[in-house]
Amino acid sequence: MLAIETAGLAKHYGETRALDGLDLTMERGSILGVLGPNGAGKTTAVKILTTLIRPSAGKAFVEGIDVEQEPAQVRARIGLTGQYAAVEERMTARENLVHIGRLFHMGNGTARRRGDELLARFDLVDAADRIVKEYSGGMRRRLDIAMSLIARPALLFLDEPTTGLDPRSRQAMWALIEELGDDGTTTFLTTQYLDEAEALADTIVVIDHGRVIAEGTADELKDLVGSDRLIVTIASTANLERAASALAPLATGPIERSPDRPELVVPITAGHHVVPNAIRVLDDCDCDVLNVEMRRPSLDDVFLTITGTAPEPTDGDLP
Amino acid sequence: MTTAGVPARAEVDGLHLDTGPIWVLRDSWTEARRHLRIIPRNPELLGFAIAQPVMFTLLFVYVFGGAIDVPGFDDYNQFLLPGIFAQTLTFGSATTSIGLADDLQKGLVDRLRSLPMAQPAVIIGRTIADLVKNAVSFVAMLLIAFAVGFRFEGTVAEALLATVLLMLFAYSISWIHALIGLSVKSVEAANSGGFMWMFPMTFVSSAFVDPSSMPDWLEPIAEANPFTKVTNASRALYNGLPAGDLVWESLGWSVGLTVVFAILSFRKFDRASSR
Repeated sequence: MLAIETAGLAKHYGETRALDGLDLTMERGSILGVLGPNGAGKTTAVKILTTLIRPSAGKAFVEGIDVEQEPAQVRARIGLTGQYAAVEERMTARENLVHIGRLFHMGNGTARRRGDELLARFDLVDAADRIVKEYSGGMRRRLDIAMSLIARPALLFLDEPTTGLDPRSRQAMWALIEELGDDGTTTFLTTQYLDEAEALADTIVVIDHGRVIAEGTADELKDLVGSDRLIVTIASTANLERAASALAPLATGPIERSPDRPELVVPITAGHHVVPNAIRVLDDCDCDVLNVEMRRPSLDDVFLTITGTAPEPTDGDLP
Repeated sequence: MTTAGVPARAEVDGLHLDTGPIWVLRDSWTEARRHLRIIPRNPELLGFAIAQPVMFTLLFVYVFGGAIDVPGFDDYNQFLLPGIFAQTLTFGSATTSIGLADDLQKGLVDRLRSLPMAQPAVIIGRTIADLVKNAVSFVAMLLIAFAVGFRFEGTVAEALLATVLLMLFAYSISWIHALIGLSVKSVEAANSGGFMWMFPMTFVSSAFVDPSSMPDWLEPIAEANPFTKVTNASRALYNGLPAGDLVWESLGWSVGLTVVFAILSFRKFDRASSR
């Protein structure tokens, strides 16, 4: 059974189409990275799948259950960590965890035991009895995720979990999500950071304007853009053609020439001594090479290729 | 797609998916305790619950106390204090809109709505906590009132009934605030929008003066004001005077407002989400 399946999912607010026919599937036991710029419809998708808002059209199933028909059944199976750490900041971490456990209708003892487990797991034992108001942003996010896991959900939603975190907390959050993935926690992760999706997700879905525009593993998405490339910079344009013919046997496609720079872009297959060989032939042809650089296609290239616009900046200190 | 044969996760873990009446009560109490347990930790909340009612009582008694004569009452305090009780408890209900707007803004409502709990419990718990807080305010006010010479002129049972009428009315106002808190976009808006309408409601009434002293066009408005009914009912009972149908009228208003605004609030809550 699929963890998530949606068909033609749409949400319209007047003229605005937050979601415009979203079709996606997600396997159990995997991390799905939903990647898109601000306003692409990521949060709207999370809110429909977690029963917070109803779709204008289309169908959505979580763990095989229709989110519109049986929202309570869906709620019993999911954990949600939204964009803002949804914690009661005037209570302690322990109180927050027990409180949510009680609202999952756990007994007091079960909720306490489970809370203790999660405090230990999320490195919050020392701070467990401190008021959450005094916590750092990273600690709050950790508590927020711990609260989402209290009832061992079949499916965890993480909506932009590192937005607003400082780089160190962001690294810690990545490690945490990786660990959850290793444990087999099925995780629906939204992000606007390309490197984050690449580092954490098994499968990436790129969405823009409320639709899926690309889907696959990070490697598959990169294949959309093309192969690895060798960028060769030469001192003088006079030697450009000579260098090009020297490199031709190594190229897997036509060699591109920059119109205004003494630079060659050579498509290659990485490995198999391609780079050492290239340097050797360039040395032999006496072309006065200044620099040889290998460039792998990044997800930025993917986004640029598909949407024609640059994605959001990837530094981790946005508000 | 079908759910047949899929064990409910909650059942697997020995949890209960029930949202019947018992769970509404239990979840409401769980939520009420969340609000109540933070009050002693926050001096400003405690101040709001105790210092402000005490201050209101003293200000009205000593500023207006000597200046106003009300027919039928030798001592203005016996007339005034039930009005102050009514106004302060009504104002105290405003914490419902502020609290819900705060939970909404912080994303806590999103989290609670994604849980398999009894959903109405989020608002019921909030109004219960505010009722308890109002009860604490009332005790503080009553002690000050006794200190400045206020007395129950009727029986203890009458005084108790008067108090119940006031608390129930304040509770029904909590539900109006619940709808406000879920409708506005921020705590600031809940604060101003929540208080604004309560000033005309409590002042264009019999709380501080006899409405017959008001301009002709205003007097019928003040007389028809449900706040006047409740104030008059409890004032009569505290002073051992016949309250007649006023008791039923105020009960009717409190129950009616609670039912209507609870239905509207539950509907609103079902669609409430941050942003």
